[in-house]
Amino acid sequence: MRRIAIGCVLLAVTLPLTGCFGSGGSKKSSKSSSSKPVTLTAWVGWSAGTHELKAFKSLVDEYNKSHPATQVKVVGDINDTKIVAAIRSGTAPDIVSSFNSYNVGNYCGSGSWIDLTPYLKKDHIDINGFPPATRYYTQYGGKRCALPLLADTYGLYYNKTLFAKAGITSPPKTISELTADAKKLTQRSSNGAIKVAGIDPLIGFYENVPERWGTSFGVKWLTPDGKSDLSKDPAWTKMMTWHKSLVDWYGYSKLTRFQAGLGDEFSASNAFEAGKVAMNLDGEWRVAFIADEHPELKYGTAPMPVDDAHPELYGSGYINGTIIGIPKGGKHQDQAWQVVKYLTTNPTFLAKFSNLIRNVPTTKASLNSPVIKPDPNFATFLKIFGNSHSSTSPIMASGQAYTNLVQNFMTKYQAGSVHNLAAGLAKLDRQLDAQVKQAGGGSAGVP
Amino acid sequence: MSLQPAVDAGATSAPASFELARRRGKRSAAWRRRRLVLVLMSPWIVGFSVFFGYPLVTSVYLSFTHYDLLSSPRWVGTANYSYLFHGDPQVGAAVRNTLWFIAIAVPLQVLFAFGIALMLARARRGVGIFRTIFYLPALAPPVAATLGFVYILNPATGPVNSLLGHLGVQGPLWFQDPHWSKPSLVALSLWGVGNTMVIFLAAVLDVPRQLYESAELDGAGIWSRLRWVTLPSISPVILFAVVFGVIQGLQYFTQAYVAAGVASGQASQAADVTAGNLGYPQDSTLFYPVLLYQHGFTDFQMGYASSMAVLLLVISFAVTLVIVVNSRKWVYRAGR
Repeated sequence: MRRIAIGCVLLAVTLPLTGCFGSGGSKKSSKSSSSKPVTLTAWVGWSAGTHELKAFKSLVDEYNKSHPATQVKVVGDINDTKIVAAIRSGTAPDIVSSFNSYNVGNYCGSGSWIDLTPYLKKDHIDINGFPPATRYYTQYGGKRCALPLLADTYGLYYNKTLFAKAGITSPPKTISELTADAKKLTQRSSNGAIKVAGIDPLIGFYENVPERWGTSFGVKWLTPDGKSDLSKDPAWTKMMTWHKSLVDWYGYSKLTRFQAGLGDEFSASNAFEAGKVAMNLDGEWRVAFIADEHPELKYGTAPMPVDDAHPELYGSGYINGTIIGIPKGGKHQDQAWQVVKYLTTNPTFLAKFSNLIRNVPTTKASLNSPVIKPDPNFATFLKIFGNSHSSTSPIMASGQAYTNLVQNFMTKYQAGSVHNLAAGLAKLDRQLDAQVKQAGGGSAGVP
Repeated sequence: MSLQPAVDAGATSAPASFELARRRGKRSAAWRRRRLVLVLMSPWIVGFSVFFGYPLVTSVYLSFTHYDLLSSPRWVGTANYSYLFHGDPQVGAAVRNTLWFIAIAVPLQVLFAFGIALMLARARRGVGIFRTIFYLPALAPPVAATLGFVYILNPATGPVNSLLGHLGVQGPLWFQDPHWSKPSLVALSLWGVGNTMVIFLAAVLDVPRQLYESAELDGAGIWSRLRWVTLPSISPVILFAVVFGVIQGLQYFTQAYVAAGVASGQASQAADVTAGNLGYPQDSTLFYPVLLYQHGFTDFQMGYASSMAVLLLVISFAVTLVIVVNSRKWVYRAGR
């Protein structure tokens, strides 16, 4: 013990501010060596092959040039499994980002992504500068461990050439118009096989998940005390019955066979881009993909058609988005915060990034930034984002397993494996509540 | 003895001390031997404890906790087990799928491997080429093999259905149809049965020729020879193939995982792992290990996933025990 103490004293004399002084030393050393830039690693979900990762890297390079003291290295193709594994093994990067806001409950609840509230307070950032839905999916249990880094909203893409051929002049605004148009736009070959589908209503196809269709019917997920409310809310029954009736019109096996022949969603052979589906529910990013892969395609965008009985919902849509945060245990959390702050609040950065990958900017200032390039197809999504009826799905303790269970049920219902919808939904409610209880509690109040 | 302890002790004192020394020597030699054995075994002991013993004990412990991989485990008693038996809406489908697969695929694999081995054993020419051809699929990595099968059996664009279409038959939906997805996986497993086939081939070739000859002299035909000579002789190998197949069936994961992801059309989203497509279509390929993976690694409920793993271990052990105990009735052991 004495020897160690003497050693420390000697070291302190010769090498001031080193490890013997505990954790404070490392902070000071990183500040004292300001001449040498700090390198931070940022993990993001955008895939290496896409224009999206290239765009992010190019904008981060601009940051690196204007902030020589901090150099950010970007790593793409990251998913939540990799993030969790890295945090567990203590090898997490300085900054992490995920497409999966459903798992924010895990990250905030466990403290594995640090609470950003003290930083936000210190830098006087008004959290109300972020739109309400994005505020909701970046916190859990009173902790704000993430901030939004561009958001996704969903709307209807329609093929103008196919519309003109079918004699349809404007995109459908109600579910009954959508049904009529879908039937009119569908082309079959002589043996009845589908050649072009008006719209593919099968859940699980591309972006078709219950939560993204739910906004068209104004579905409610939870009772005020946070219990599943699917069987009591008539909107769910209406939505599922409508989907099933359209699937039955196509013929379930005919539609499945047709769908099996469609190209990958994130490739140039995407069914909408290839003209195989005349209408499609998709995210705002498709505008950039089409510009990149099929600039010749004549298409338009519109909000999703809504339940005939609720015309006031028209203009709204589903919102979720990319989240970004700082894992616990990093050596350079202060510098990482500076980067996260820049990426999530700098209006010019957000507007430029939005221009490149055509995602929705996530601060009120950047939404109105003059830097945003006008594009009528993209503007639709900015309007959906700002609509007061737009909403997101609940962040529950069981994470994405919650919505997956609903998707699972709906898939079976569409296939005809659920004979009594009311009983099925009541059972699903019980299963969802049991799942949340098992996972350790839920959260009420979805905006 | 007890009446003359002193005399006895005095009379035997010298041989006793000799005996004692001899015993001590023996004991230390035995100890040295044991130590040597331990030293020689130490790589295995270390490997076994680190990679098997420790994870096993930890899994059992974690199965009684709530553990999301990020916070420290919190003791919840038997809550995970009660959710497993009474709450989890998917576990029933997972168990049924796994049992279906074992009941159908394992007997078929054994029959298929045995059948090919019999044919190869009778081949006169090109034996090496045929053996290689039939073994080759076993070398294909499971992921690549599954991708290939999903492509070949694509109902809209795959060669199998277009061939059937030319013949005027509308092919099934294969991996896209809940009634056909498991049979498609069985076909995949039969295609890659090479390993078992090689073991059967070795066993079939090992049956003593004179047994066939004497059976033939007794007037036994092909079927009688197969039934009364070949089958009893290779019965230990059948036992091995069955036990091995059942254990593999209980742990069936990779092919089901890949097939569901690709067939559902969502696997291209490499960076967006969703559990929405596991078990596609309609939970028909949701095998017990797939569900375990989903709970542990995409839902981050490692405590619950551990309870599933413990149950799987207990069942694997029980099933193997039942097969091995039963096998005494039908497995022929040389020399008994």
